[in-house]
Amino acid sequence: MKQKIIIIGNGMVGHNFVEKLVDSEPFQQFEVTVFGEEPRAAYDRVYLSSYFSGKTAEDLSLVAPGFYEENGVDLRLKDKVVAIDRGAKTVTSESGETLPYDKLVLATGSYPFVPPIKGNDREGCLVYRTIEDLDAIQAAAESGRVGVVVGGGLLGLEAAKALKDLGLETHVVEFAPRLMPVQLDDGGAALLKRKIEHLGVSVHVSKATTEIVAGEQHLNKMVFSDGESLETDIVLFSAGIRPRDELGRLADLEVGPRGGIQINDYCMTSDPDIYAIGECALHEGMVYGLVAPGYAMAQAVVNQLNAQPGEFSGADMSTKLKLMGVDVGSIGDPHGNDENALSYVYENGPEEIYKKIVVSSDGQKLLGAVLVGDAEDYGNLLQLMLNDIDLPEHPDSLILPNRDGAAENLFGPDALPETAQLCSCYDVSKGDVIQAVDGGCCTMADLKATTQAGTGCGGCVQLVTNVLNSELSKRGVEVNTDICEHFSHTRQELFHLCQVGEIKTFQDLIHKHGRGHGCEICKQAAGSIFASLWNSYALEPDKIPLQDTNDNYLGNMQKDGTYSVIPRVPGGEITPQKLMVLGQVATQYKLYTKINGGQRIVLFGAQMNDLPAIWKTLIEAGFESGQAYAKALRTVKSCVGSTWCRYGLDDSVTMAIDMENRYKGLRSPHKIKMGVSGCTRECAEAQAKDIGLISTEEGWNLYVCGNGGMKPRHADLFATRLTQEEVFRYVDRLLMFYIRTADRLQRTATWMENLEGGLTYLQKVVIDDSLGIGVELESQMAALRDSYQCDWQRAIEDPAFTKRFRSFVNVEDKAPQYFVQERGQIRPATEQETLDGIAVEIRDMA
Amino acid sequence: MNEFQPVCKVDELVPDAGVAALMQDTQIALFYVGGEVFAMDNFDPVGRANVMSRGMTGDLNGELMVASPLQKQHYSLRSGECLDNPEIVIPVYEACIDGDWVKVRVP
Repeated sequence: MKQKIIIIGNGMVGHNFVEKLVDSEPFQQFEVTVFGEEPRAAYDRVYLSSYFSGKTAEDLSLVAPGFYEENGVDLRLKDKVVAIDRGAKTVTSESGETLPYDKLVLATGSYPFVPPIKGNDREGCLVYRTIEDLDAIQAAAESGRVGVVVGGGLLGLEAAKALKDLGLETHVVEFAPRLMPVQLDDGGAALLKRKIEHLGVSVHVSKATTEIVAGEQHLNKMVFSDGESLETDIVLFSAGIRPRDELGRLADLEVGPRGGIQINDYCMTSDPDIYAIGECALHEGMVYGLVAPGYAMAQAVVNQLNAQPGEFSGADMSTKLKLMGVDVGSIGDPHGNDENALSYVYENGPEEIYKKIVVSSDGQKLLGAVLVGDAEDYGNLLQLMLNDIDLPEHPDSLILPNRDGAAENLFGPDALPETAQLCSCYDVSKGDVIQAVDGGCCTMADLKATTQAGTGCGGCVQLVTNVLNSELSKRGVEVNTDICEHFSHTRQELFHLCQVGEIKTFQDLIHKHGRGHGCEICKQAAGSIFASLWNSYALEPDKIPLQDTNDNYLGNMQKDGTYSVIPRVPGGEITPQKLMVLGQVATQYKLYTKINGGQRIVLFGAQMNDLPAIWKTLIEAGFESGQAYAKALRTVKSCVGSTWCRYGLDDSVTMAIDMENRYKGLRSPHKIKMGVSGCTRECAEAQAKDIGLISTEEGWNLYVCGNGGMKPRHADLFATRLTQEEVFRYVDRLLMFYIRTADRLQRTATWMENLEGGLTYLQKVVIDDSLGIGVELESQMAALRDSYQCDWQRAIEDPAFTKRFRSFVNVEDKAPQYFVQERGQIRPATEQETLDGIAVEIRDMA
Repeated sequence: MNEFQPVCKVDELVPDAGVAALMQDTQIALFYVGGEVFAMDNFDPVGRANVMSRGMTGDLNGELMVASPLQKQHYSLRSGECLDNPEIVIPVYEACIDGDWVKVRVP
């Protein structure tokens, strides 16, 4: 007889519990049922605001497709449990069903607290908790222009970002005299307020709302106790959470005086067969509003069910986050509540950085810290506190800038004990990392896949990377980054060798720096480097062997050995005359015609020996090569923009055409795609591109390093409110830096993830010119632009190049190629169709 | 045994790359690597298309090879064996350079 386990709630913690249970050894002995009140399975509430910057509900989902089905877990969504009968040990749901349990786990979470203000139920008064709430906010934002968030805590500021992303004039109203009153001290909060105000959000502190009434200009008017008022369309309450303990109360479980189902160190409620985890639980007077403690509780209960040791003994409330692009970190007790505690403060006005540490009276231990504007030290400081590590003689050196490089590594990864928890989201310790390295992990990507470290909030990535590198070097592991067996160098090194030594041929390169004949890996890398450095032409005889067939025949080879023809259509804008030429060419050569994924017109099925003639016609009609066969800029996708669209804020078509013409022909480590959207409706899907632009009322927002493909990644917001000139400058620098430093076939997304410091570092290099190479990168890009040539123009001008496209070297015959007709066009025939005589050769087609 | 037959002039070949030739209705791929000429069937047995002449050449562990332009399997230029899967072999033909001419013996 299997033990029946019922989980009520399918939020982050409830789902995490199921994941842990499924992974535990005795899982086969359990029969598991999960009730969820929302219409969808668990999703990531930590990144909820990204729903407004383009993520979908699917993107936010925490559940791998088929997870519940494959593991035989009965997930019942949109069904709320309304009663627990502890005597009969059953639960009854809204649908009327009653199910028995042996053990019950309450993971009912919390609800947003709405202060009892008169008028708090007026139209436009909303909360910020579920995807349905977000849909309601989005709907309200369509007709409104102003939004106010009530509450300046963590969640309130997140919600403010969401309103800002929706294009609303945004205000934050906080009752306390400072923002994030729990986590920050006065100095840190004051700086945070300044920084957030610079981003265009108005912050009002020490404000108590007395009532909400009808507004004159806007839907609502908030009236404050000091007599002032503020008109707004949306009022978003984010004034803290309250545990959802109503089921516990109904079942007569013990609850705290201010709510929360009382649990002990085993996460057991006053009924030993019922557990409570996450935000509905009250542990030693604390309700934890963070996800990591909830995960720790889930683990504790899984341990109980498996009769293994492991309790929940409270959790650290330290947090690190990026609020509207501002780094904020809070560790331990930042207020110095211990009256003998000593504190050190570092404040850098010009750079807007505030750091404070609180240490014990003897200066030996760290008690707390506040970081605003620069939270790079967060991981290290947190470990110092959690592991009770002795501080250096001068604790202030921990937060003072290390300008002369003298005080390197006050404490390194080696100082941490093996028990140190590096990643609190997935409870990964230093010992786990060591074990993973012993098991063969050599890169951060390996480690993420093996341990999940760094895949939650991401706050620990820097620290985990340090531990990983330290462990690798201790084992004498030198990670082999050779490009292939012919060169003991990375692509980046080859790039520099070619640049410094002015190497322009593969013979020269392999003779000086390599061995053997080369292979398709190093040859293509060399070809790409020569193209990036010297704009070398693909069909030069000594470049032919360096390229894949696509570059050699200036088209994409399709499955049957024919090629595709894709002319450049900058920005996707094309004249009727040109459309007709494409139609005529396709008719004459019987080509299959389709719009491809990058918004370009493709003619498929062109035979190698017809390519020069096809392109001659296209070039005479004003077309250029689209470089769709190359690792190069492919397309700049655009929406219709302000010239035609009711919503467009700027002329995205002109911008896309300018971008495409600026970077056309540019050879890079991997293909590059760009997108330009005229407003945040994002019809061009610019956030799924290597370079994306979205128009706002204040200028262009630049997104970088996203991609579609097999491993899709949303782009990161890089800079806001840019002019076209600034966009070009940043993109010139960023792309040239990518071309110079990326690995072979490395996409921009992976490249950025592997840069130490990631996005922030890239912003420093590109925007602040921290390496002092900005001008050099721009001029290299300008040189490439100046030497742009249309590949096909050159190919048809020179008979020596044209000759390459003959089917056979010894006879004039064309190679036979078989097709069948489908929906009025050709498609490659299958072998069977050819054998059966259904397929025909092009020349025989009517 | 058939005789070597002239196919094309040596200067029609592309150093370190391939070209296709048609011999008695058979498509063959000719490669010119390290001053030597190699001939194999032009048909890619995995990709099922006549494309081998358009693959990239080089060496792997000292074995001269060509990589299929479709799915990138590597084949020995000397034996035609697939270096990634020993069960697959592309027929190879004897080839030589005789003065200005490239000659191939097709069975």
